[in-house]
Amino acid sequence: MAVDLSPIDASLLQEIANIHGLPKGAFNIRKDGKLVERHSSANIEIATKTDHPGIDITIADGTRGETVYIPVIVTQSGLKDVVYNTFYIGEDCDVTIIAGCGIHNESHQASEHDGIHTFHCGKNSHVKYVEKHYGEGEGTGERILNPVTNVFQAENSVCEMELTQLRGVTSTVRDTNAELEAGAKLVLTEKLLTHDDQTATSNMKVVLKGEDSNVQVISRSVAQDNSVQVFNPLVIGESMCRGHVQCDAIIMGNAKVKAIPGIEAACEDAMLVHEAAIGKIAGDQITKLMTLGLTEEEAEQEILEDFLN
Amino acid sequence: MLELRNITFEVPTPDGAGTRRIIDDLSLTIPDDRFTVITGPNGGGKSTLAKIVMGIETPTSGQIIFNGRDVTNLSITERANAGIGYGFQQPARFKGMKVKKLLDIAAGKKLPMLACNEYLAKVGLCSAGYLTREVDKSLSGGEVKRIEIATILARDPKLAIYDEPEAGIDLWSFDRLTETFRDIHEARDGRSIVIISHQERIISLADEVILLRDGKIEAIDKPEALMPTLGFVAKGVPGCQLTEPTELHLTEIPTTC
Repeated sequence: MAVDLSPIDASLLQEIANIHGLPKGAFNIRKDGKLVERHSSANIEIATKTDHPGIDITIADGTRGETVYIPVIVTQSGLKDVVYNTFYIGEDCDVTIIAGCGIHNESHQASEHDGIHTFHCGKNSHVKYVEKHYGEGEGTGERILNPVTNVFQAENSVCEMELTQLRGVTSTVRDTNAELEAGAKLVLTEKLLTHDDQTATSNMKVVLKGEDSNVQVISRSVAQDNSVQVFNPLVIGESMCRGHVQCDAIIMGNAKVKAIPGIEAACEDAMLVHEAAIGKIAGDQITKLMTLGLTEEEAEQEILEDFLN
Repeated sequence: MLELRNITFEVPTPDGAGTRRIIDDLSLTIPDDRFTVITGPNGGGKSTLAKIVMGIETPTSGQIIFNGRDVTNLSITERANAGIGYGFQQPARFKGMKVKKLLDIAAGKKLPMLACNEYLAKVGLCSAGYLTREVDKSLSGGEVKRIEIATILARDPKLAIYDEPEAGIDLWSFDRLTETFRDIHEARDGRSIVIISHQERIISLADEVILLRDGKIEAIDKPEALMPTLGFVAKGVPGCQLTEPTELHLTEIPTTC
């Protein structure tokens, strides 16, 4: 298949997946609802789904040290792209999955990408999933991303998920669901920056089913201008388990942030904690950085960058 | 050289009916190479005076001249870039910012790891664990205070003002810190240090001690002349080893750990 990546495509890919051109190893690049290029490796097989648009990614038992890239870019306005990607990660794996969606919309029509990602993490496997969402373009057309992430973790699997959306996405509703068997560990880190009139909603439901399962939800967000954010993480402990939910938001301008961290315990040995904080940038932080020679604007920028890190 | 001319700072009274004078027509000159300690009772105006010099507070009246330039109307940033530094009594914490990054910002450049190690060692912190730590709630009060002081060392301003650097710091680190202040002072390279302190050992290092009370300078003198009036001699037995943690002080902080 011919690979035709324009400078805009290349720039979007760089932004969301930090790749220059085509990556090495297994990858699947999707543009405007169509496959651009795909490559399977000896241990990672990528195949087109037969029932839905999307792909099945099957990672063989014992695969270690490999990275698979599945970025999506949308440059066509008026397009609504829905894709189902399912990962079957074998046992005893140690893999990294780089996903993400970049939208470039110069038009007044909306562009939308809804990615439904499902992960089946095999026993004792360690999966790192990095997903970055990004929007750009001068057009008035909305850039919409509504991702759904479903995670099923088998015994003693470890999953680190980093979900990032910094700037440019007009509207997003994110649904993340996870179920953890005994000894499984999930670290879910969400970073979000909204501006102008953008809206973002993040719903999470993590069920700690097995003994010694463990989840840590870390949400860091910045809401600027007139943007609105809603966080709704829920952790349910059904056995002896540990769960910690932390929502931290910086609010600026006329933005609104609503954080509703929830915990539900159905076992007396479930240890669940939640904390949420919303506030503006502390004045003493800006003052300190100004005493180190930064202007007020530079100090604010620095604080936000570090906060979202 | 820093020159304060007739500085007055007033704040509204809680009932809003009048004003309360925090700094009262204060004039002071601090020459280059001078190690000055400002001491005095709580509420006497020490921290306010320091903040006025840094530009964090604006005086109601008066003039601040730094190295021949009137900086009274300059912003905090402009004063920082003119060579004034201030170590906060209660340092800010930053979620997500690493200690290394804060030191880099302070120095205005990306510092080599070794240099960072040295700054942290000077305040009694082993850098291996600290450079990658975040300057957030995970650090203890004493740790964040020492990092605050390290940022001023990294910044290396012409005039460094430390606001109660000993507060919250354990005796071992304090011992190391006094050595650091002594070293900076003994270098005599045109830098001035002003330390707000109640600590006898810091006061004894000074070239000059200023006693500030009710927003006014009550006395300026050499430490040996002023200290007897400050009441320090009344405590402990003169010459008692226990007043200084000499057996425990950290003379060698590893810089490569």
